[in-house]
Amino acid sequence: MNLSFYLILSALLFSLGFFTVITRKNAIGILLGIELLINAVNINFIAFAKYLGNPVGVVFVLFTIALTVAEVAIGLAIVILIFRVRKTVEADQIDWLKG
Amino acid sequence: MNSNSILVFLVLLAPFWSTLVLTVVYPLRRSGKPAGIFSILCILGSLVFSLILLFSKNFDFSFNFSWLPSLSGPMAQVGFWYDKISGMMIIVVSLVALMVQIYSLGYLSSETKPSLGRYFLYQSLFAFSMLGLVLANNFLELFIFWELVGLCSYLLIGFWYHKPEAAKAAVKAFWVTRFGDIGLIIAIILLWNKTGTFDYQTIFSLVESGALEQSFLILISILIFLGAMGKSAQFPLHIWLPDAMEGPTPVSALIHAATMVAAGVYLVIRLFPFFQASPFTLNLIAYIGSFTALLGAVLASKQDDIKRVLAYSTVSQLGFMMAALGVGAWVASYFHLFTHAYFKALLFLAAGSVIHAVGSNSLSAMGKLAQKMKWTSMGFLFGALALSGVWPFSGFFSKDEILLGVITSGKIIPSIFLLLTTFLSGFYIFRVIFLAFFSTAKSQIHPHESPKVMLFPILILAALALSSGLIQQNFLNFLEETPTWHSFSALKVIVPAISLGLGILGIFLAWLFFQKQKKVPQVLALSLRPISKAIDNKFYLDNFYEFMYAQGMLLLSFLIGWIDRYLVDGMVNLAAWSTGRLGVLLRVFQTGKAQDYLIGIGLGVLILIIWIL
Repeated sequence: MNLSFYLILSALLFSLGFFTVITRKNAIGILLGIELLINAVNINFIAFAKYLGNPVGVVFVLFTIALTVAEVAIGLAIVILIFRVRKTVEADQIDWLKG
Repeated sequence: MNSNSILVFLVLLAPFWSTLVLTVVYPLRRSGKPAGIFSILCILGSLVFSLILLFSKNFDFSFNFSWLPSLSGPMAQVGFWYDKISGMMIIVVSLVALMVQIYSLGYLSSETKPSLGRYFLYQSLFAFSMLGLVLANNFLELFIFWELVGLCSYLLIGFWYHKPEAAKAAVKAFWVTRFGDIGLIIAIILLWNKTGTFDYQTIFSLVESGALEQSFLILISILIFLGAMGKSAQFPLHIWLPDAMEGPTPVSALIHAATMVAAGVYLVIRLFPFFQASPFTLNLIAYIGSFTALLGAVLASKQDDIKRVLAYSTVSQLGFMMAALGVGAWVASYFHLFTHAYFKALLFLAAGSVIHAVGSNSLSAMGKLAQKMKWTSMGFLFGALALSGVWPFSGFFSKDEILLGVITSGKIIPSIFLLLTTFLSGFYIFRVIFLAFFSTAKSQIHPHESPKVMLFPILILAALALSSGLIQQNFLNFLEETPTWHSFSALKVIVPAISLGLGILGIFLAWLFFQKQKKVPQVLALSLRPISKAIDNKFYLDNFYEFMYAQGMLLLSFLIGWIDRYLVDGMVNLAAWSTGRLGVLLRVFQTGKAQDYLIGIGLGVLILIIWIL
């Protein structure tokens, strides 16, 4: 298989993920979008590891998966906390960053 | 440095030492009379040193010290120039200052001790500044001493600062002379800019060699003359002098005879080679001087305050000196400065003695004083005779020199003005004599002769007023100047005769009006009502200045207020407003929603990618 197929797949996946993150109102949906982004990156890593014959990329992906688990856990915890305070997880209603 | 240079130094150091000691040694200053005696001894030292210098017959030397050293040579020099002109002047200054200080011991004996000490401190500083001004050999030094003289006159005119009029007069004197000083300092800066030096003699030689163009010379000389006008009370800057009468009488004597007002005339004499190079300015000086002479004399004729008569008389006599300078007769002017110093100091001291006895300045409160105060009256009479130019008193000789100089110069208007002034001088001063010393006694005053300490200076000055004119020929020989008008042998007889005649006519009219009590003045005053009223109001000059000053200030403050309100505040407001608008504009992008920021990040990355590719 050609490298570019993997890269195109990864780019599509990344775009879908980014679109999800920007447009979804639900915080859980946004977390799912982030998963898509990370996995797009993972595909890139593996594709290049295979293409260059260098196993470092595969090792990196293992780390990323572990980190993603932690990230999702923290993300879900934040979402739950926000829900407790605001009684909603709609992203466009959470504008605490605005002074 | 030879012994003569050291002597010049000592002349200057003696009053400086006195100033320093009186400033620092607090108990001495607070002790009053001892402070005065100390100050008198110091000024006596100055006089002695100046006399030794004069008799050592070693003239025309100067010496310099570097001042403000910098990498490319000293920035300025300080030094002294002792020649016949300054040598003569320091004697006049220290002699008159000495007489005035001795007299002050008696005149101000009722002052409290601390304020008497303060008085002598100022007197010493005054003498020091004036001597420094006379001996200065460059413009920078001149200006420093010039300002010091102004400061001292301010301090002394306002000596009785608790009197509002005195405080006001002091400020007025300061401001009016300062107005002239602006001209002087601009001239000094311009000269330095052009020639790179402050030194008199260097600049004189530059002028002589024609290195400076005529227009520049005219500008500079007019600016310098502006300074001299302020100090020497020339029209239209004469208004401070009569008000300066608020100071103690000995101060007036000092200011009017030897120091403050003499400074302006002396400046022009000192810088005469410079003025000579611009005939235009000389012409201007001649006209301003002669007009001032007439103006002063007219105003003097109708004052009730004895000191104000003398003040206007000084304005008038200074006008005489300036007019003489304007026609190039600087020797005559200098001679008049020399004789005038004595007789005007004498008149003031005698007037002070009268005021001391009567307790009022007003002529209408005096009368028949000659019986009670023989010596004072004699002193005043001598001064008056000298002022009105009666032979053999000093004024006769010096005034005739000036008249001869002006008449032979062919300037018609100044000649007429000065002849009229001669007539009026006799009139106004003898008006005082008859009103104060003869005529009928007024009210219940019990005048008494002044103490000896006051009579002594009066007698010395009376002797000088009598004799200082007789040395005319010696004076001219001494200065090695033979005035051109001395070759007109016919005029040499006619002019003194005319001036003597006019002076005596003035005296006679004064006798007629004020001794014989003819009703002429009242009739005249009635028929010439507007003029008489104008004289009473000093020709409205003061009102004019006040109006100009007030209106000018209002206009200026209005303008500055507008600038502050609309320009300065406007700029501050603009900064605040634009920041606010910018904030409003930017806050649109700050939604506080994470997703919006993410769009920003995405767009930013996209732009970067496009840019890099």
